[in-house]
Amino acid sequence: MLKISNLHASVEDKDILKGINLEIKAGEVHAIMGPNGAGKSTLSSIIAGNENYEVSEGEILLEGEDISELAPEERAHKGVFLSFQYPVEIPGVSVTNFIKTAINEKRKANGQEEMPANEMLKLIREKSELLEMDRKFLSRSLNEGFSGGEKKRNEIFQMAMLEPKIAILDETDSGLDIDALRIVANGVNKLKNENNAVLVITHYQRLLDYIIPDFVHVLMDGKIVKSGGKELAIELEEKGYDWIKSELV
Amino acid sequence: MAKYTEDDLKVELENKEYEYGFYTELDSETFPVGLNEDIIRAISQKKEEPQWMTDWRIEAFRAWQEMEEPEWANVQYDKPDFQAISYYSAPKKADPNKTLDDVDPELLAMYKKLGISIDEQKKMNNIAMDIVVDSVSVATTFKKTLAEKGIIFMSISEAIKEHPELVQKYLGTVVPQKDNFYAALNSAVFSDGSFCYIPKGVKCPMELSTYFRINQAGTGQFERTLLIADEGSYVSYLEGCTAPSRDENQLHAAVVELIALDDAEIKYSTVQNWYPGNKEGKGGVFNFVTKRGLCEKNAKISWTQVETGSAVTWKYPSCVLKGDNSIGEFYSIAVTNNFQQADTGTKMIHLGKNTKSTIISKGISAGKSQNSYRGLVRISANADNARNFSQCDSLLMGNNCGAHTFPYIESKNASAKIEHEATTSKIGEDQVFYCNQRGIPTEKAIALIVNGFSKEVLNKLPMEFAVEAQKLLEISLEGSVG
Repeated sequence: MLKISNLHASVEDKDILKGINLEIKAGEVHAIMGPNGAGKSTLSSIIAGNENYEVSEGEILLEGEDISELAPEERAHKGVFLSFQYPVEIPGVSVTNFIKTAINEKRKANGQEEMPANEMLKLIREKSELLEMDRKFLSRSLNEGFSGGEKKRNEIFQMAMLEPKIAILDETDSGLDIDALRIVANGVNKLKNENNAVLVITHYQRLLDYIIPDFVHVLMDGKIVKSGGKELAIELEEKGYDWIKSELV
Repeated sequence: MAKYTEDDLKVELENKEYEYGFYTELDSETFPVGLNEDIIRAISQKKEEPQWMTDWRIEAFRAWQEMEEPEWANVQYDKPDFQAISYYSAPKKADPNKTLDDVDPELLAMYKKLGISIDEQKKMNNIAMDIVVDSVSVATTFKKTLAEKGIIFMSISEAIKEHPELVQKYLGTVVPQKDNFYAALNSAVFSDGSFCYIPKGVKCPMELSTYFRINQAGTGQFERTLLIADEGSYVSYLEGCTAPSRDENQLHAAVVELIALDDAEIKYSTVQNWYPGNKEGKGGVFNFVTKRGLCEKNAKISWTQVETGSAVTWKYPSCVLKGDNSIGEFYSIAVTNNFQQADTGTKMIHLGKNTKSTIISKGISAGKSQNSYRGLVRISANADNARNFSQCDSLLMGNNCGAHTFPYIESKNASAKIEHEATTSKIGEDQVFYCNQRGIPTEKAIALIVNGFSKEVLNKLPMEFAVEAQKLLEISLEGSVG
């Protein structure tokens, strides 16, 4: 599904990613863990196409196609979704209006007609129920005055609506209380199937109790230094990142 | 990367043509340029006006000669040469007793190009339209339907002849001849405009609308609108404007007077899209307008405006809240791009007790434009328990434009409650990236953000107009993020 080879990237001449290799197959859940400043969020931004980062080397393949030269919206149209760590506010634009625009832009890019209104409403109802969202929530301005939990739930709601091939969850657990975490994780699990894949980026192991990864990678100083199964996350939680550091030395 | 960048946007924006910039070859009668009492008499005579009207014009002209063009607004322009303008131009075939069948086919073709088909207007319910080209009103639709309710909706020239008692009673009562430089000029030379009277207790069943078009070169447009809502009546009125693209500046100096008698309500909406000049700031309409409404007891006046056009705009739709419990509202979106300059806002004059006013102003600046909000809230000594709420939000695009806010508050009554809020923001790269990530291209993302920013005001427009206004916002701002 997603294959990243030898990815090097920098921001303002500071090297952040120093040769990332990662392959995620359809139906898999991967987790990337690492200490602060390891380059986790940079990686997710780069996959999504944020132009504030300079990609100096390497490629990003989505279903065999190199997407590293594409604009962020083109990547989105092809099925890349990023659940932001800090979703931005857009005053005056309702959750419904926003997602409607996003869906129809994607359909337009893929040569489809706009989604009929009744179909859209049905889909919105279905997906908002999945995430236990209040109906009133849908008419509020996007992320404006949302609590941390509401913002993240809204991100996953959009993911549910857009049905991406690869969903990147960037620190989705931060700012969530235990109930919200359960709802969000539950939503992700229900959306996962054999034809898509999920990349969870997290500092803590907590979220991985709910979204069980097939593979866990440890990112340190711009490189994946260790990979393993879900037990690696537990080990990390117990021993801390220093354990990996000492192991590397 | 193959991404649509800000630079692409800028280029596209700069090459964006003004959609209404065409000129229609109409057989017109245009007065020679210049202004003196003879010209004014000639205009009056041409319009077969009664003596009192001619005298009123002359009085205004004499006052105007003594006045100086104001300079306090935050705009810069070369002052018009008033002797180089023609003060009267009329498509020849316009007949005062016109029906649609009499209208010049060229004119009809022009409307079509403007996206207003009066044929359709005829069929379309709920909007009655008066169309003013250059100096005269050329068509008024739905006259009959309205007449059944006793509503008078016609050009002001006709009204002067057919309803002199009403015109004489109210003309100049809200905006006196000598009110200001441009109001005085307008009072002297106004050629046409709309007149509307809603009788006691009548709710006007449809939107009334005037469409203004400057067509001839070297002419000014000075229209005069007078709208009277008698006791307990209601009317919603719309106004739209366009002009051809020309290298020289054209002057538009209108006066609008609204009178809302006891318990009446007037909703006045404007979508102003005069030619803004080209990307170098050449040409464009000077839009110097005086708009004011008077509220008697329990009356309400709402001004809603979407200002996207004109090279220079100078306009403050205001409310005089004379009657107790009267309400004034001002909702505005002003967009400036390239070298446009806008100095716009409102005045809320609280005279009566328990009077309330609301001001919501949204300024959007792009390119090298300057956008100013100027507003006055005055609470007089007798206006017990007056309340005002003002909110002025500015949105900036790029680093070369400016947003300014000049709020003036004068309160002579301790029981007054006045609130003022102001914000300035920029469209953030992070907002645009967020939209991009969801598959929304940059241009669409900006439109979405701008519409969200303007929503409180857009919501106040009548439905058909809101859609048009939304489109206009998108066109005016296409590609100006920075």
